[in-house]
Amino acid sequence: MSDLLEGMVQAFWLLVTLDSDLVEITLRSLQVTLTALIIASVIALPMAALLSVRRFRMRRATIAVLNALMGLPPVVVGLIVYVFLSRSGPFGVFGLLFTPTAMIIAQVIIIVPLIASIAHQSLRELWSDYHDLLISMNATQVQRIQALLWDGRRALLTAALAGFGRAIGEVGAIMVVGGNIDHATRVLTTAIALETGKGDFAMALGLGFVLIALAIAVNLAIHWLGHTEREGRW
Amino acid sequence: MREMFPLVAKDALVRRNGRVLVGPIDLQLEGKGTTIVIGPNGAGKTTLLKMLHGIMRMNGGSLDWGCAREEAQRRQAFVFQSPVMMRRSVVDNIAYPLQLAGTARKDARAQAADWAARISLGDALDRPATRLSGGERQKLALARALIRKPDVLFLDEPCASLDGRATREIEDILKQAAAEGTRLIMSTHNMGQAQRLADEVLFVLHGRIHEFSPAAAFFAGPQTSQAQAFLNGDIVE
Repeated sequence: MSDLLEGMVQAFWLLVTLDSDLVEITLRSLQVTLTALIIASVIALPMAALLSVRRFRMRRATIAVLNALMGLPPVVVGLIVYVFLSRSGPFGVFGLLFTPTAMIIAQVIIIVPLIASIAHQSLRELWSDYHDLLISMNATQVQRIQALLWDGRRALLTAALAGFGRAIGEVGAIMVVGGNIDHATRVLTTAIALETGKGDFAMALGLGFVLIALAIAVNLAIHWLGHTEREGRW
Repeated sequence: MREMFPLVAKDALVRRNGRVLVGPIDLQLEGKGTTIVIGPNGAGKTTLLKMLHGIMRMNGGSLDWGCAREEAQRRQAFVFQSPVMMRRSVVDNIAYPLQLAGTARKDARAQAADWAARISLGDALDRPATRLSGGERQKLALARALIRKPDVLFLDEPCASLDGRATREIEDILKQAAAEGTRLIMSTHNMGQAQRLADEVLFVLHGRIHEFSPAAAFFAGPQTSQAQAFLNGDIVE
């Protein structure tokens, strides 16, 4: 129990004194995760809309695979990205291993199936509402996708937030491809793992509380920006 | 622009899950007046309208407009029995078909605002369409269908479950559209409405066209006993 209390005190002091290491790794956590989130959303959301609108032969199989990939073990993703980016791997020449870029790549791979899958669930329902109307109006495939993405934007926000949640708390993959290098690739989750390993529970807990607070703050900020949960909105 | 009519259906058939919903149907519609489709529930009125509109795939037969199929599709609109409200404001809903056709957003919204005023939703422009009442939804759907000035408008029981006042408002809009040259093809359960609007009547039973005659003749004395029974308010099976 005293560890927990000490952790809270530690977190408090870290925040109040704006500890420069803490600020650095927090900003890096945010930078890596938000970049990954934006890239993943740009890939996953149109993909979800396309899967809703379009009927093709492998559609069911694609959706099943996407759902299965939601549970992709991060550490395995990390390992595969590692192999691809390592000196002897196919993308070794870019020298990306142990950089924030490598961490972003791993996170994108982890959260694309999650975002696409959740987005597809809600867009599918929206499409069953809109189906007859949009076909009757002769909307093109692209116009149908645009209508779904725009009118379903609040549901898509939820999908994106789920992706953010998974990425910000992720440790296995970014530890493998990032290497937890101080002042280069250290982020909140890898720092917590390190401090716990060192036995500095107070510090680890302090960082943990900062991480939780960060996740809540980002969620609130996005909800506030998106005007969700307000009267008369969708 | 070529004439869209006549619309000719030959042996048109719609089958779903092994059950024939409509057909085989032979039908020729000419380019004038208002056609009212009547018949008991489950007779195939909705399927027939959707098939003619081209959003229900046919399993047999042919359907030919006087002009090319793509052009015909551009020049017609459909009002569904339960209107689909897009999750946007009233004005954006009405403007949407124009925007699909490539009209600039500002222009489309201005025209939509005009239409909203015509259906007395002028002070609800920015309200979410999903919050409208049943009658308001149906009027919105009608405005949205008419804003592209279609040559043909299909309506599937547009006044079902509406009260007298809302029904009258919708009929007024329909009469005006018909006067401006829009060809109306509409199903209804309201015989009073059928008599008020119809120039010709299509009586549908068991997925077949049972009787197709001018309105005056039909209401004066239907040729078949089933149509007579239906008009009398008996249960037709």
